Amino acid sequence: MVDLVVIDRTGAEHKFAAAPGMSLMETIRDQGIYDIKALCGGSCSCATCHVYVDSEAPLSAMSEDEDDLLDGTSERQKNSRLACQVILAEGMAPLHVIIAPED
Amino acid sequence: MSASDVLIVGGGQAGATAAITLRQLGFTGSVVILEATAELPYERPPLSKDYMLGQRTFETCLIRPARFWAEQKIDILTNAAVTAIDPTRQQVTLANGRNFGFGKLLWATGGTPRRLTCPGADLASVFTLHDKKDADAIAAKLDVPRRAVVIGGGYIGLEMAAVLRKRGHHVTVLEAQERVLARVAGEALSRFIEAEHRAHGVEIRLGAQLREFRGANGAVTSVVLVNGEELPADFVITGIGIVPVVAPLLAAGAAGGNGVEVDEFCATSLPGIYAAGDGARHHNRFAQGEWVRLESVQNATDQAITAAHAIAGQAKPYEALPWFWSNQYDLRLQSAGLNMGHDTALLRGDQAARSFAILYLREGRLIALDCVNRTKDYAAGKALVSSGARLDASRAADGNIPLKETLAG
Repeated sequence: MVDLVVIDRTGAEHKFAAAPGMSLMETIRDQGIYDIKALCGGSCSCATCHVYVDSEAPLSAMSEDEDDLLDGTSERQKNSRLACQVILAEGMAPLHVIIAPED
Repeated sequence: MSASDVLIVGGGQAGATAAITLRQLGFTGSVVILEATAELPYERPPLSKDYMLGQRTFETCLIRPARFWAEQKIDILTNAAVTAIDPTRQQVTLANGRNFGFGKLLWATGGTPRRLTCPGADLASVFTLHDKKDADAIAAKLDVPRRAVVIGGGYIGLEMAAVLRKRGHHVTVLEAQERVLARVAGEALSRFIEAEHRAHGVEIRLGAQLREFRGANGAVTSVVLVNGEELPADFVITGIGIVPVVAPLLAAGAAGGNGVEVDEFCATSLPGIYAAGDGARHHNRFAQGEWVRLESVQNATDQAITAAHAIAGQAKPYEALPWFWSNQYDLRLQSAGLNMGHDTALLRGDQAARSFAILYLREGRLIALDCVNRTKDYAAGKALVSSGARLDASRAADGNIPLKETLAG
């Protein structure tokens, strides 16, 4: 299991552990946290699952498409990711996630 | 009689999003979704892509896992088609004859595939692709390579052609217009997409006029064109658009025709009755104020959010930028804005390198763009279309200059 702390747009903190294999986007959405729209269903075609992620271990590398989509948002920070592109893996370090403001 | 404070008819992208948004907004009344099929809300785009290819399970296509709806106190009744609405008594009638009362109603039934009326159109193995049942029926045909005819060169038809080629089928696409994607894309994109499909072995017939289907033992065996040509076919997939499912609303007196008319808050002309998604005709600020119906996940979602806000007493108008995507082979197509009424189309990037964008301008302002493997332009272009930016046409046509640096001086 991967430990997660997710801060939603109301500032509320959600602490939970999630099974590996799913994307961070699906994990947050299925937890009942509303703010992730994820309109393209995780195909890296929009930027409606934008989050800020901190972890003690490096995350998977970012594709050019993800980088370009994040560039198109007005809220990009250095720890910006599209949650659909971060896959939870066994043994992963805990993730601290803040859902980015709506673009 | 059962009743709910908010009754949502249709458990697709719009209906599911509206229910979720109501809870997000703190709405504590009862929310019920009546869904005509047997399924919980799911995403449709994968049906013609990775779900069809067997690369993705249905569970991963669900908009939310089953437990979510229970946790959120959103009741979903499946196999519950609505046949009539009584706006005065505030109740709907289901196909099984039962009535269901409502405080507010959201109509989110989307559309149903337009069906061919030519002889033989009711033969077995002539498919449409609209829901899971359709996708499963087609997927069952994919294991053994066969001869497939796809009717309609729109997004669904072309995505299916790509899937069928990937699985080794012989594919012919029949398009009645003189180019594919004629309804949605500029000519340069149509020609590029045609060339890509042909390079992948798809036979594309433009200006093709269908006469009939022929069959044996009740199943299709060939497609016959008006010019007499007969194309052997083991199965046929028709993708010729949808017809909005709005008859009960119109019969109840709602304004509309091709879809049901809604205002900027997604309210129909009937008090307390809203509509969202493929069937909702609306004035769109990105369509130069024209009435449009948009068939997209973006529109279904954002209209549902708009309707939910109005229902929850927090009305805010619908102003979202339209955007669309499609994946075919290794092509990533992304579009933003609506190109209707453009006076200039600029090509930027390199078609030979399979990375380019078509920019649509009206009186110097960027109103829409189509991108192929060009996500950077798509991301920048969305912001420029939203703000109605004026572009310097000669700089914008230079793919080496970042799009956001091509504003007119």
